[in-house]
Amino acid sequence: MFKKILGLATIAAAMQTYALSAAADTFVFTAIPDQDETQLIERFGAVEAYLEEQLDVDVKYIPVKSYAAAVSAFRNNQVQLAWFGGLSGVQARRLVPGSEAIAQGVEDPEFQSYVIANTSTGLEPMDELSEDLEGMTFTFGSKGSTSGRLMPEFFLREAYGEAPDEFFSRVGFSGNHTRTVRLVEAGTYQLGAVNYKVWESGVEDGSIDTDKVQVIWKTPYYPDYQWTIRGDVDERFGEGFKDRVTQALLDMDDPELLKRFPRAGFIPASNEDYAPIEETAEELGLLN
Amino acid sequence: MMQGWANIPISRSRTARTSLFFVALALVCLAMADIAITTANPWQDLMRFFWGVMTPDFFSSAGLATALLRTLAFAFVGVTLGAGAGFLLALVYRFRMVRTFCAFIRAIHELFWALIFLQFFGFHPLTGVLAIAIPYAGIFAKVYSEILDEADQEPRNLLPSGVGALSAFVYTRIPDCWEQLRTYTSYRLECGFRSSAILGFVGLPTLGFYLESAFSQGHYSEAGAVLILFYVLIATIPLWVRPRMLPFYIVAAPFFLGDGMPIMWGNVRRFFTEDIVPAPLRETSSEAFWPWLSDLVVNQALPGIWNTLLLTQMALVATGVIALLAFPLISRHFGNRLSRTGGHVLLVIARSTPEYILAYILLQLWGPSMLPAVVALALHNGGIIGHLIGRQSSTIGLRPDAPRGLMRYGYELVPRVYPSFLAFLFYRWEIIMRETAILGILGIYTLGFYVDSAIQNIQFDKAMILILVTALLNIGIDGLSRRIRRCLALQTMPTC
Repeated sequence: MFKKILGLATIAAAMQTYALSAAADTFVFTAIPDQDETQLIERFGAVEAYLEEQLDVDVKYIPVKSYAAAVSAFRNNQVQLAWFGGLSGVQARRLVPGSEAIAQGVEDPEFQSYVIANTSTGLEPMDELSEDLEGMTFTFGSKGSTSGRLMPEFFLREAYGEAPDEFFSRVGFSGNHTRTVRLVEAGTYQLGAVNYKVWESGVEDGSIDTDKVQVIWKTPYYPDYQWTIRGDVDERFGEGFKDRVTQALLDMDDPELLKRFPRAGFIPASNEDYAPIEETAEELGLLN
Repeated sequence: MMQGWANIPISRSRTARTSLFFVALALVCLAMADIAITTANPWQDLMRFFWGVMTPDFFSSAGLATALLRTLAFAFVGVTLGAGAGFLLALVYRFRMVRTFCAFIRAIHELFWALIFLQFFGFHPLTGVLAIAIPYAGIFAKVYSEILDEADQEPRNLLPSGVGALSAFVYTRIPDCWEQLRTYTSYRLECGFRSSAILGFVGLPTLGFYLESAFSQGHYSEAGAVLILFYVLIATIPLWVRPRMLPFYIVAAPFFLGDGMPIMWGNVRRFFTEDIVPAPLRETSSEAFWPWLSDLVVNQALPGIWNTLLLTQMALVATGVIALLAFPLISRHFGNRLSRTGGHVLLVIARSTPEYILAYILLQLWGPSMLPAVVALALHNGGIIGHLIGRQSSTIGLRPDAPRGLMRYGYELVPRVYPSFLAFLFYRWEIIMRETAILGILGIYTLGFYVDSAIQNIQFDKAMILILVTALLNIGIDGLSRRIRRCLALQTMPTC
């Protein structure tokens, strides 16, 4: 009998939280899972608190397991704002007419990927991609990543005139940049393509062993990450909401918070800034 | 093609011929497959992982308890709905259309269903519930109808005329099958817990979510904690899943699914009327459809099918080897009580760890190739079959002067359990293939890899065609396996 009462009480409690959470209109955002989850939760937990204070609405960050899940959640209006990479941002904005890139990191207009190699390959840093890489094993980051897949693949094809899986003996997708570094460091793959920001902050905080893995080539510059917001947020959260979100992002100046991205600060962005990414993705068949 | 073998004495037996054919086929596959350990220190990582399991950290993540609750809730709701729908379908299973429909929905793996629903329901509990309920309904329909068909017809014939069909069904058929229906359903519930846990790998809030995060970051103690929780959950099922408690769990479960994100029905409509329509047809140029389709078939479907078949055949034979090696561990004809207890523990761990999780762990530790997948599939499925035939071998009575050791194994027991061993193995052929396809999500180039790539590129039209191909391949293997079993006169009970 006691068990039954306890059970009923739990059900009642559960129902109550159910009803409450559905009622409030919360501004939800997400981000592409480009790094280890702990790092993402630290970073975006802080952004959540910051935006809540600046915007005066409930703000919630939801973590996702893939780049595509971030795009789908944005498209399905389950999130209204997202920190996308170049490619995922283009995908999302194509799918949601009216959505806009509103802010990017200071570094994002001139972003880079590094090709890294396990030191056992004996490869030295090079200015042009050399034929010595032929037949080695290579890992990208996520399939939907700009700096971990799209741009490196583009430059590899340009240099070698064939698809990576023809030029290399084995091509994999590690999932994210942290994992790419770890896999190349461990020798699971001899080579990898990684977001230069993730590389540099890893070297700085000592989490990368540069005796085991080093940068051998840097790509030319291209535009990358940005905050993208849905076009219909003003209707839902009030006139001028989009401008307030934009302003809040541009005003972000807490060095601790910025260090977690890691970016020096945020500057305005527009959809046109990412046209080169769109063209490249179309060329590689990653966009219809 | 097997004519040439007819001269070899052993090949007189159809069973032996079939076995040898499959072993030879697997060896050919092995020669063509990509099998390698690519990590520099695979054993060091494996040791670190075992050390993590020995030193589990249950308190690192506050979400773990919630994840456990969600895992249970998704499983209870999903399996209940699946069983209900499956039972209704079982009643009309004699219609070909129903059978085809059921074969189709169960040929698509839970994770594929989840990936589909994620696109329009998003992170709503319905995604997880339906991902379990739909394929399970197909499986339940098939097994329930088989159980009902085998019921004794005598009580029905003894009823006076004029008894309604419903009363006759409820009072004659159900009581006869009740025990079997109950056993199978509760067995399926255990499968449901496994399915529910792995849904976390695609982002639903179950145990897999935490396992994936912890593991991929090398936090082995956290990963160990999740695994231990999972084993405890499965091992204690007989203690807390009691018939009297079941209604309570079933009523309570929907309230513990969590709320997720609201569903927007516009997204559902969009998915079905736009997203999955092949891109060239959407843009009205229907002549572009054929080049589009042939590109998809040549560059994705065919390589995917090829790798899926390679891996499936290798895994099938490896499963058989593991099962034959493992069953003596728990058979009463070998070892002593202590060794058998150890054997039971090993087999319980092997069979309650979902292939997907095993493959994920081994891929992390050994690097990408088909090897981790083969080992994972063989360990899990071999554990299940080893358990079943080990139990069966214990019921065999041997003469007091029967040989011991290897002779007993080779001449007394293996020949006696071999037919049911093969029956289980062929029954699991289709299941192994379903899993093989899904392991592609982890980066092995089977069909799942191409499905995942299409989804990552937000090309659901391509994803749906590839899922369809996977389902058809699976239905084909299922049919072939049934023919072989009939041909060899093998009978079996269903396993999951």
